[in-house]
Amino acid sequence: MNAVTGGAGGFLSRFEGLRDRLPGASLERVRALREAGAATLRAKGLPGRRVEEWRYTDLAPVAQAHFTEALTAVGESPALPAARAPNRIVFVDGRLAEHLSQLPPHAAPLAARLEAAQELLAEDGGLPLVGLNAMMFEDGLFLDLPEGADAGTVEVLNLAAHGERPIAFHPRHVIRLAPGAKLTIVETSTGPAGAAYLHNPVYDIRVAEGASFTHVRVQREGRAAFQLSTIRARVAAGGTYDNFTLNAGGRLVRNEIHVVLEGPKAAAHMNGAQLVADGQHADTTTFLDHAAPDCPSRQTVKTVLAGKSRGVFQGKILVRQAAQRTDGYQMNQALLLSEEAEIDAKPQLEIYADDVKCSHGATVGALDPEQLFYLRARGIPAEEARAILVQAFLTEAVEGVTDPIAQAALEEAVSGWWEREAA
Amino acid sequence: MLRIEGLTAEIEGKQILKGIDLEVPKGEIHAIMGPNGSGKSTLSYVLSGREGYDITGGSVTWNGQDLLAMEPEERAAAGLFLAFQYPVELPGVGNANFLRTALNAQRRARGEKEVDAMAFLKLAREKLKQLQMSDEMLKRNVNVGFSGGEKKRNEVLQMALMNPSMAILDETDSGLDIDALRIVSEGVNALRGPDFSALVITHYQRLLNYIVPDRVHVLMGGRIVRSGGKELAEELEAQGYGQASAA
Ligand SMILES: Nc1ncnc2c1ncn2[C@@H]1O[C@H](COP(=O)(O)OP(=O)(O)OP(=O)(O)O)[C@@H](O)[C@H]1O
Ligand SMILES: [Mg+2]
Repeated sequence: MNAVTGGAGGFLSRFEGLRDRLPGASLERVRALREAGAATLRAKGLPGRRVEEWRYTDLAPVAQAHFTEALTAVGESPALPAARAPNRIVFVDGRLAEHLSQLPPHAAPLAARLEAAQELLAEDGGLPLVGLNAMMFEDGLFLDLPEGADAGTVEVLNLAAHGERPIAFHPRHVIRLAPGAKLTIVETSTGPAGAAYLHNPVYDIRVAEGASFTHVRVQREGRAAFQLSTIRARVAAGGTYDNFTLNAGGRLVRNEIHVVLEGPKAAAHMNGAQLVADGQHADTTTFLDHAAPDCPSRQTVKTVLAGKSRGVFQGKILVRQAAQRTDGYQMNQALLLSEEAEIDAKPQLEIYADDVKCSHGATVGALDPEQLFYLRARGIPAEEARAILVQAFLTEAVEGVTDPIAQAALEEAVSGWWEREAA
Repeated sequence: MLRIEGLTAEIEGKQILKGIDLEVPKGEIHAIMGPNGSGKSTLSYVLSGREGYDITGGSVTWNGQDLLAMEPEERAAAGLFLAFQYPVELPGVGNANFLRTALNAQRRARGEKEVDAMAFLKLAREKLKQLQMSDEMLKRNVNVGFSGGEKKRNEVLQMALMNPSMAILDETDSGLDIDALRIVSEGVNALRGPDFSALVITHYQRLLNYIVPDRVHVLMGGRIVRSGGKELAEELEAQGYGQASAA
């Protein structure tokens, strides 16, 4: 590690040894993407706080950890929670474990289908973490839904299984919906409590005309873990990308989403909730590009912070000149439960079209003393009253999710959070 | 018996209650009237234990206990109920859940058995019916999007469920339509008995035709300036506070 590579040196030197053994080594485009990724990472290093988009999130702990890649799959199968949906795809340390999965139609391990999928792998766009992923990915989900297919609800489980050694895995998920296709993914990421692993997934998502993708992510990584995820979704005319991300685990987590609304009446929802307890750092950063007319977008992100913790919300909405009659809404709210908690919120609207409706708002505050008194005056003890109000904030945060399987996964992560973490 | 003696209180350094003396014997209903800003709600908040007030003097005893030394939830469990002048909205908190949690918190504090969801629903439906309210109320978030009158009715529903021995009704009649006023009054009268007392704060003599008070007090400038029978309310209605207080 040196100053030039900003903590990326370890990854870069391991890539030197791995490049011929990684999947797709014989495929021109894959090789090129890996080399380009390495070049981006070499040039920029892990992003530092001098970079505007990373002002509030410091990757120094990631840079200082000495990760290795999990080159061999773990021997025994990890214990799995009960499946929530008939089709469940299980990843262990970033590799699709077929023997643990019930793959839905049109789904496959990316490593096995790289030849078909390579055209869908997007360039890193100068993003160092995407570069890192391009350089190192071994596997991921390749889900390619044909025209009009309805895949129902698919559960994805991302497990970190390697114990003691700090390992890093960089799964690459390629998801394409042909016109009129429908898909709901409910994804949960978890790992051992004390393991300092890095989960660095990248998603290449394409939603074609009239297709609809509901993407619910429940981040419950182990409390010493890092998750740095980047989603890039392109949505064609009349299509919908509906993302809800719950950040509840991990030591340092960044959830970065880029959505481009490319055709008229394409829609995006980028909602989320962050539950940040003592010692945790959670960052939701989104970029929404309204590039076509008549597109609606909705975003509500709620963050609740306890103990000594830090939350970040950055939400940029770009409305291009072509994007007339854009209907955008953004709201971020933070509830601070301790004096030592901190939230940085940065909404950003950049509007070049003249006929648009864009509203945004933000609130930051502690529990409302009036509400607390009302509950206590009804006989509810102070601690219980606080728990009720925190739970109410969280309930409201996940309210918009309608898929029952997703609701159950969110409910499990959210209920009792305050009692577990703060009381 | 509620006994308030020489009670003085301030908020943010501003003295609001300037020596309140008031006794409400068990089984009696007393009305408090008085101009805007005279300290009626402040008195109700101090009695129910809201934070932010400095009690600078005096005492409040209730059934022999030092009321001011109790936490708000202890007062509630002991049978004190405040119907808020401005009921508070609780987004994300379902009304049914809220009511049952409150009822059970009080029961637990009193060492009584908690009521389960089924028994609660039965009880709540019965009270809703008495108050001619729709079951819909239970499904909504507490006071969120309720009309002014619905909020007041929801306060009375809570009172009916909690079955307090001392109720403070802070302008519960404001915002109620004519029918609701009668129904709500019947709700209060239903609780009337040797073990139930109430302080009814109101601006309107009309309410006191329905809930007939044993005594009427006039609160002005942080003091009780006059007390009398129910006819005092009529006198106030006719003459206004200026005349009545001078009398
Ligand atoms: N937080 C506060 N800071 C400063 N002054 C306050 C505060 N709360 C109340 N007051 C003042 O205390 C006085 C008494 O208020 P209170 O609400 O008790 O009056 P009230 O008799 O209930 O009036 P109304 O009939 O309008 O309901 C008012 O002058 C009010 O402005
Ligand atoms: Mg008042």
